[in-house]
Amino acid sequence: MDRRSFISKATGTKHIAIEEPPLPAGGLTPYTGPWTDNEVTHLLKRTMFGARKVDIDYFKTKTITQAVNELLNPTAAMPAPPLKEYTPATTVVTPDTNIALGTTWVLDSNNDGSIYSYRRASFKKWWMGVMINQDRSIREKMTLFWHNHFATETADINNSQYVYNHHNLLRSSALGNFKILTKAITTDPGMLVYLNGASNTATAPDENYGRELQELFCCGKGKDSLYTEADVKAAAQVLTGWKNSNITNTSSFDITRHNKINKQFSAFYNNTIITGQTTATAGDIEIDAMLNMIFATQEVAKYICRRIYRWFVYYDIDDTIEANIIKPLADIFRLNNYEIKPVLSALLKSEHFYDSLIKGAQIKSPVDLVVGLCREFEIAFQPASDYATNYGMYNYLVSWVSNMQQNMGDPPDVSGWKAYYQAPQFYEIWINSDTLPKRNQFTDTMIVSGYTLSAKKIQIDGVAFAQSFASPGDPNKLIDDVVKFLLRVDISAASKKQIKTDILLGGQSTDSYWTDAWNLFITTPTNTSNATIVKNRLRDLIKYFMDLSEYQLA
Amino acid sequence: MKRRTFLRNAMPAGVLLPSLVGGFSFKAFSADSPIMQSLNLPVTETDHVFVIIQLSGGNDGLNMVIPIENFSSYVNARSNIYIPEAKTLALNGKVGLHPAMTGLHDMYDNGNLKVVNSVGYPQPSYSHFRATDIWMSASDSAAVVNSGWAGRYLNYEYPNYPNGYPNSTKKDPLAIQIGSVTSLTLQGPAVSMGMSISNTSNFYNLINGVQDAAPDTPAGKELSFIRTISQQTQQYAAIIKDAATKVTTQVTYPTNNSLADQLKIVSRLISGGLQTRVYMVNYGGFDTHSNQVNSTDTTTGGHANLLKNVSDAIKAFQDDLNFQGAADRVVGMTFSEFGRRIKSNGSGGTDHGSAAPLFVFGKNVVGGVLGDTPIIPANATVNDNLPFQYDFRSIYATIMSNWLCVNELDLQQIMLKNFQMLPLVNSVGCKKAVNLSGDQLISNYPNPFTSNTVITFKTNGGHTLVQIIDTMGRVISNLTDKVYAAGSFTVVFDSGSLPTGVYYARLQNMATQQVRAMIKVR
Repeated sequence: MDRRSFISKATGTKHIAIEEPPLPAGGLTPYTGPWTDNEVTHLLKRTMFGARKVDIDYFKTKTITQAVNELLNPTAAMPAPPLKEYTPATTVVTPDTNIALGTTWVLDSNNDGSIYSYRRASFKKWWMGVMINQDRSIREKMTLFWHNHFATETADINNSQYVYNHHNLLRSSALGNFKILTKAITTDPGMLVYLNGASNTATAPDENYGRELQELFCCGKGKDSLYTEADVKAAAQVLTGWKNSNITNTSSFDITRHNKINKQFSAFYNNTIITGQTTATAGDIEIDAMLNMIFATQEVAKYICRRIYRWFVYYDIDDTIEANIIKPLADIFRLNNYEIKPVLSALLKSEHFYDSLIKGAQIKSPVDLVVGLCREFEIAFQPASDYATNYGMYNYLVSWVSNMQQNMGDPPDVSGWKAYYQAPQFYEIWINSDTLPKRNQFTDTMIVSGYTLSAKKIQIDGVAFAQSFASPGDPNKLIDDVVKFLLRVDISAASKKQIKTDILLGGQSTDSYWTDAWNLFITTPTNTSNATIVKNRLRDLIKYFMDLSEYQLA
Repeated sequence: MKRRTFLRNAMPAGVLLPSLVGGFSFKAFSADSPIMQSLNLPVTETDHVFVIIQLSGGNDGLNMVIPIENFSSYVNARSNIYIPEAKTLALNGKVGLHPAMTGLHDMYDNGNLKVVNSVGYPQPSYSHFRATDIWMSASDSAAVVNSGWAGRYLNYEYPNYPNGYPNSTKKDPLAIQIGSVTSLTLQGPAVSMGMSISNTSNFYNLINGVQDAAPDTPAGKELSFIRTISQQTQQYAAIIKDAATKVTTQVTYPTNNSLADQLKIVSRLISGGLQTRVYMVNYGGFDTHSNQVNSTDTTTGGHANLLKNVSDAIKAFQDDLNFQGAADRVVGMTFSEFGRRIKSNGSGGTDHGSAAPLFVFGKNVVGGVLGDTPIIPANATVNDNLPFQYDFRSIYATIMSNWLCVNELDLQQIMLKNFQMLPLVNSVGCKKAVNLSGDQLISNYPNPFTSNTVITFKTNGGHTLVQIIDTMGRVISNLTDKVYAAGSFTVVFDSGSLPTGVYYARLQNMATQQVRAMIKVR
């Protein structure tokens, strides 16, 4: 008997205490149920940063197949690269005066440490902007997924060109082929610095990448992932000989640094021997052979599908989920030669993904919270020409996600953020007595005072938000709509009534008082006191909902 | 039924958590530095407490304090709802109390109640929202002020809040409101100075460590987790719990009386030793457009029930404070956004009006009736309203000066102008509190100033903004708006031709903000 039917039967008689809530069952059977705001919002919250009203309305008119296909097949151009928005201090030894303000720095090699530092900061601000302005697709969520998976730290890579190029690789391959991406990452200059591949030579081997390639990037630490220490050493030998050029910002293979012996792998890899090569293309040949060997195991697909599951669905993978979801997904992954899209397509169209038990079960990551807030409330930034102000605003938001323990570009270590692998807490790691108040402080600030820079301001516009719903003048409908839009777990009718009375009606019991106030404001929006009445109440209402624990769920 | 459908339907709707902090997150702001901890200043502060009871909806003052002196005009104007003279409870012979208010009548007889006649303000508003905002912000009728009078008082009493709070002299919440959100009354120039306890049952959940139910789903599991952390994170939760648990016995409060439920909590927190300065509670339903009395007996009905509950609740509260030995510390006040029309309407009710009486109560009030009996036209028309005798801001100003020990200059900064002092409370031994000032990040000198004042601010580095805003929250100017290295800097505010009055200098340095009140004088 599976756990789920056991629980269903048990609850049929009388409530019994169970330690863990039931997990959803069902396999990858395509979902055929209702396609309403609820399902669309769920899909968007998981595959993008926040679910914008316009996107919900857009996808509601599509079928589930059309919606998922569109999310998986972005048509928008790649984002324009980061701009020079910094002015180097006069003390900088080699300032990049050859690059004009407002033009991109990514093609300019400059190896001044201070310039690196300016550009790494510029990169992070730019990335924040890219996520906020994301196209209507899964691409940005997948880019962050790969950043978490092939985790690197900009502070360690140091070279800002490497940082950007590495990041660009993740985005351009985000929905491509995992095996090809792994190959590219293996010889990526940023990764060669981060996991010491560039100093891995025949005479001074460095096992760092050889280990993480198996432990973190491909095979994982599942019970059937039985690679050995000898495999780590052998992989390191395969990987010897690569080095970087900070002139061309590319890597290259140097046969003189390569270990040319035959590399013996364990029974986990069918005792494969990779023959030592001696030519200038030895590096590529041996890496390809090694990746063929690794990707021939069953573990790679299962491991990546578990990572995908924890990113898009929920963290708890019990035997039922493993058997009914992970294994079939892994089969799809292998059958499709490690193409990512077929896996995502099956998962995002499955009955399992839309099970009510899955909805709202994710705790928003800091990036999800901050970027999602900007998008769901349609925070207005400046036109692209005023990049300087926008980068300043983005910088403010970067500092917030960092304060909340998700420093984008600099995860804690090569394992990525703990929320996606550390049992048993997983997502709950995001929430503690330091970060939760900061989350509240952030949302409070965005609604109450906003952030002002260069005499421009980013702030939630409560009136515009209310106007995005059908009946802002009806206090009951307004609260219902706002709750449905902002919270994935409903609140009780009694709570809604209390909030209505306390906030929208100012303690009164007559609904028309809000309706009248709203109508008066709409007809005479320039009247300060009419506007203040409405704005302050909407401010309090939105603030209240964002301070609820429910708001932290996606 | 399909299993999926069953599960979907089985998901119970969530319940609100005890939303303890309605305002800002305290933990993130706190900078509880060891230096501040070690200071341990001698504290000679007043331990006075002020309790504000808001009667929402516009209370019918003429049927609460009946104008015996002008009784025939009163009857003429309100033939369908008037309270018979013989039924009223005697006060000073000129006005009488509604017969349902026996508790307050006892307090009057004991000298614990002050009735202030005809409180209002010039050019009254008849809109619930607008009138409430005027009462809470203490603004002129035509002006929109974005902060509350008690919030401004608390901002003066506890400078730089929330930077550097809680600290060794202020461990307790500055103000507590029972309700979903802290009201405008407690809104300071930048942040809300109060915390809210969303309702009475949430208070008892906190005291008893009870967690609201969450759905039995993965989402419910995560929700419960976040709620638990949320409770643990409320810096004031443990302090409130400690104070509440010190009080094990209270007098009997009336039941089915939500005002009594709220005041019972307030008494418990005061008696438990909480040094919170201001409490605010709310009791609604006073918007009595129709059927405010039973036509067969006008001393009964909806309005009578409301008044009885108010009276019973305040009486029990006062008895409890006496019982706990805390009565010396507490003064309270009722207010409603407006009174009701002199002339009753055809539905047995009253429409929105203007001035109305209010109560100030407590062991230290100067008992009695203040002001003349309202004059009622012999043949009142639907357009007639009571003129005000006392500006409501005189009540606030008097309480702050005589009870909360605010000096004259500071009072002007809080109240935005000068108001008349009234004989409301015994100002015995009023000593201004000596409080640590938190982490001061922005200050100005001189203050008050006539034209220029120098603003000194401390930044942690990075983008830093100093802006001047007026009491309406409008930005007057951005004095600086650029990237700084960490350190202290100054900018000059040239107020030019701006009118005299209160202005605020706001510092914004990434996630940090702080506001300084300044006053421009001639």
